[in-house]
Amino acid sequence: MKRAALAVVYVGGALVALGFLLLPIVAIFVHTSPGHLIDQLSNPVVRDAFVVSIKTSATAQVLILLFGTPTAYLLSTRRFPGHSAAVTLVELPLVLPPAVAGVGLLVAFGRFGLLGSSFDALGFSLPFTQSAVTVAVAYVASPLYIRQAIAAFEATDPNMAAASRTLGAGPARTFFRIVLPLARGGLIAGLALSFARGLGEFGATIMFAGSLQRVTQTLPLAIYAEFDRDFNATLAMSGVLVLVSAVLLLTLRIGLAWQSSSSTGSRSLFGLSTSA
Amino acid sequence: MAELVLDRITVPLRSFDLSLSLEVSSTTALVGPSGAGKSTVLRAVAGLVRPTGGRIRCGDAVWFDAAAGVNEPPDRRGVGLVFQDYALFPHLTVRENVEFSRRQPADEYLERFRIRHLERARPSDLSGGERQRVALARALARDPDVLLLDEPLSALDAHTRVEVRAELQELLRDLGLPVVLVSHDFDDAAALADRVGVIIDGQIRQTGTPSELVARPADPFVASFTGANLLRGHAERVGALTRVLLDDGTSIVTVEEGTGAVVVAIYPWDVTVSAHRPDDSAMNVIAGPVQSLVELGNRVRVTVGSVSADVTADSVARLGLHVGQRAFASFKATGTRLV
Repeated sequence: MKRAALAVVYVGGALVALGFLLLPIVAIFVHTSPGHLIDQLSNPVVRDAFVVSIKTSATAQVLILLFGTPTAYLLSTRRFPGHSAAVTLVELPLVLPPAVAGVGLLVAFGRFGLLGSSFDALGFSLPFTQSAVTVAVAYVASPLYIRQAIAAFEATDPNMAAASRTLGAGPARTFFRIVLPLARGGLIAGLALSFARGLGEFGATIMFAGSLQRVTQTLPLAIYAEFDRDFNATLAMSGVLVLVSAVLLLTLRIGLAWQSSSSTGSRSLFGLSTSA
Repeated sequence: MAELVLDRITVPLRSFDLSLSLEVSSTTALVGPSGAGKSTVLRAVAGLVRPTGGRIRCGDAVWFDAAAGVNEPPDRRGVGLVFQDYALFPHLTVRENVEFSRRQPADEYLERFRIRHLERARPSDLSGGERQRVALARALARDPDVLLLDEPLSALDAHTRVEVRAELQELLRDLGLPVVLVSHDFDDAAALADRVGVIIDGQIRQTGTPSELVARPADPFVASFTGANLLRGHAERVGALTRVLLDDGTSIVTVEEGTGAVVVAIYPWDVTVSAHRPDDSAMNVIAGPVQSLVELGNRVRVTVGSVSADVTADSVARLGLHVGQRAFASFKATGTRLV
């Protein structure tokens, strides 16, 4: 009897939780048919927001990849004074409320900010430009990539890099031929996570870049702006973001599976096709 | 053949300092328990660990010199290191692994190590023995001046091990390179190397040929590591012989000279087992129950009381030996050593 009651608690709890998570997603698609979604793509507000989101997110992810990867590698392979402080710093934007991050960016890079006057002297101003959106996205999304990348590098067997070195490969060749391929699953997972976070960015962007159609208005900002003007557009943009998020979640899962298969030295996810 | 010389290298480890000198011109094995610092020696030679003192050179090339501030990176030292778990690159094929260090194909190595037919396989698809052949081929394909083997047989199952040991023996004999291998198993080391150094807590206790170590162990540790039974007791001279009163009350006679607290070493192959008290030239008899019967290849290690003997399986059957049975282990006074 007691067992049965317990099972009801588990199963019932799980059903409520899963239903709760799924219901809003289902509701969005109940209100937007695929045809309606495609129609809305000709709506200039939706189209512009989509373009701004993709452009700024893609640029931000490239920056995150270029600067985040060496940072993560350094933090995962070297121990130096201030190491844990550096790791904590990398994670700071994760816990910072996005609006606060936006204010911070404003007083750092704004006209009257810490670096604003030097920027002024060089003849450009960052806030309320499309570059500002990219900066805001990079700021809030980078920790997700860097954390995952640190974990991915730490999961690769240090003897792999050592073996490569004894086989005559210098540090650079070792990194690109051995370490990077072995960590790539985790890096892809990290990129998917930070892409998803960046795409949904709202608070820091609106503080630092504003919400100007065709310039700084990303999909989340447009969803908010259109909320009481054109609810159909809001629904369509929400639908688009759900679909993109689903793809990113799948990428994350595949990346993680790939990482765990290569770090344990077992057959890689695509090993069957390449070794045949 | 260039000689590898380690001149008083020092590496601080967690609970002790590794500190040793070593000259290697043929195959030298370092044996010792795990945690003795054996692998660290290999990593220091390869440049993966930086010693705090000493010199390492190979022929005329100085790889490390603490005083002169020389520390060549691993990729500029001519070492072929075979890792204990082989460290094959899982994302590369067998051929890509072997050719990693080269600009030209390495077909000769694929042939020589009989892995040609596996060239497109990934390391995860290989058996233990195959992995080791790939690791050896990869290390030698970089054309090293020194070959380093870290526990070359420990990752293999008992069956493969015997086979691989024989192959490795042949390879090392024909190689013409200084080879340093580390092992926790004296038998493996003795089978593969011309010289064996016994290492414990970062120090080499004794170096010599395997038979020298067996015949003249410098201390009880070396003796036990070479497989000897060790019996502690108190020695006194009785005429031309030495009588050792063991801690359990048994007394033993040895031809070696010694007095006071001693350790008597007896090798299992010098011990005879019988079901009845023997009446022959063996002066020493230890009586006790059979503690264990362990098969070791084609022989059985029988432990009677505190002494182990190596006998054939046929003898075990003929004597009807079983655990718990009272038996007698006997050995000649000439088969004992005081260490």
